[in-house]
Amino acid sequence: MERDDLIEYSLDTHHSEEEGKKIRSKIVKVTILLTLITVIEVALGAFIKQSADFWPFVKWTFIVLTLLKAGYIVMVFMHLGDERKWMRNVILIPYATFIAYLIFIALWEALAVGDAWSSVAA
Amino acid sequence: MAGQTTQLDSKTLWGGKESPFQTSYGKLMMWFFLVSDALTFSGLLVAYGFVRHDTLGAWPIGEETFDSLPGLGHGYPLIYVALMTFILIVSSVTMVLAVEAGHRMDKKGVVKWMFATVIGGFFFLGSQVWEWSHFIHGSEFGRIELSDGSEAIVKGHFGEIESFTVMQAGLHHKKGDVIKDDLMHTFQHAAENGDIKAGGLIHLHDGSVAKIKKAHDHDMELTIKYTAAKSKRKIGDKISGKEAEKQYYASLYSGIPKVTYGAKWFEDGEHWLPTKNEYGPQQYAHFFFFITGFHGFHVFSGVMINILILFGAMKGTYHKRGHYEIVEKTGLYWHFVDLVWVFVFTFFYLV
Repeated sequence: MERDDLIEYSLDTHHSEEEGKKIRSKIVKVTILLTLITVIEVALGAFIKQSADFWPFVKWTFIVLTLLKAGYIVMVFMHLGDERKWMRNVILIPYATFIAYLIFIALWEALAVGDAWSSVAA
Repeated sequence: MAGQTTQLDSKTLWGGKESPFQTSYGKLMMWFFLVSDALTFSGLLVAYGFVRHDTLGAWPIGEETFDSLPGLGHGYPLIYVALMTFILIVSSVTMVLAVEAGHRMDKKGVVKWMFATVIGGFFFLGSQVWEWSHFIHGSEFGRIELSDGSEAIVKGHFGEIESFTVMQAGLHHKKGDVIKDDLMHTFQHAAENGDIKAGGLIHLHDGSVAKIKKAHDHDMELTIKYTAAKSKRKIGDKISGKEAEKQYYASLYSGIPKVTYGAKWFEDGEHWLPTKNEYGPQQYAHFFFFITGFHGFHVFSGVMINILILFGAMKGTYHKRGHYEIVEKTGLYWHFVDLVWVFVFTFFYLV
C-alpha cells in the first residue's frame, strides 16, 4: 500500500549541476587543508623530540590540529554542518559531555596510580 | 522546508508526519550507530591513555618505534603512517565525491568514485598488513638487557650477516660447511634463546656450532627504557659509538637470553603466552593490536559494504529508486572510519 502521509526526505538532498560545482570546490579545499594539517603533524612529530622543553606545547598543538581535522571531516564530509541544528546537537552534545568527563576522570586517576607505583618503587 | 513547519499543528506533528530533524529514518539511525561506535573507540583510546599515564617513562615513543619504510629500512620516522593517513583521507574524499554525484543522479560518477574508494580501502588494509608484520617481527637489533639489568632499545645500521661456517659438526651439518640460507632468522632465533656465544659462535638446532661472518654495524645507539634496582642508568639515557657496541655484544654473547625481537607470542607447554615486546611495556603491544586491529576490522567491513553498494550502483538499483541516499549512508560509515584513524594517528603515533 502506498502511503501518502509519509514525507520522503531522501529527495531533499538532490542538487543541481551548478550547486554541485560549488560543493566540489569546497571538497577540494577541505582535502588540501586536511593534507596540509597531516604534513605539519608529521613534520612536528619527526623533528621534535619528546624530551624537548617545549614538548607540552607541541603535544597540545597535535590535539588542537586533530580536533580541527575531525571537525572538518564531521561537518563537511559527513554533512553534519548541513543538518538541522538540533540533530547536530543531539549527536554532539551528549557524546562530547560524556567523553570529556571520561578523559578527565581516567587520566586524573592514572596519574594517581602512576604516583603510587613510583612511591612503591622508590 | 522551514516555511512548511509553521503550517503544522501539534496534532499532525505527533501523528508522525513531519520528522523533527527533517532527515530520513535510515540516516538518523546510521548517526546513532556511529555515536555508539565512537563511544567504543573513545573508551579504547582513553584506556590506552590511562595505561600510558601510569607507566610514564617506559612508554615507547611513536617516532622511535615506527620509523621504517618497506624496502628502505630505518630512519624515516612516521612517514609510513603518514602515508596510510593520506590514503585514508583520499579515499574519504572520493567517497564524498560519490555522494555528491549521487545527489545529481549521476550514475556514472557514483560508480567511478565508489570504485576509487574501494581501491583506497584495499590500499589502506594492505599497508596495515605490512605495518603489523613489521611490528611483530621487530628490528634487526631487538631490545637488549644490559649487564646491569637495565634494558635498552637499539638504533643504527645492522651489518649484514654473510654466512655461518660450521666449526663443530652436528646431526645435520658437517665441519667446514658454509650456510647461506635463512641467516637472519636463524641468528635471531639463536639470540632469543641465548645460543650465541663469545667470539660470534652460534649453536645451531642440530647441535653443530658455527662461526658467524657478519659485516660491521654502524652508528649504534642504545636508549635505556628500563632500569633495574642495581643499575645507575636512568630511563632515557643514551649510549652510543664503541661503548654501545661493547655493551650490546657483551649481552648478546653472554649465553643467556637477553634480547627480544618485535612482539611475538611463544608456546610454553600447552599455552600461548605473550612475551615481552621490543618496544616497551607488554600493554603497549596489546593496545597496538587491539586498537589498530579493531579499526582495521572496521575498514575491512567498510570496504565490503562499499563493494556491495558499488555493484548496486552499477546495476542501476538506486537510480530506479530515484535517490542515492544509500551511498550517503555508507559514506557516513566510511568517513567515520577515517575519523577514528585521525585520532588513532594522534594518540598512538604522535603524542
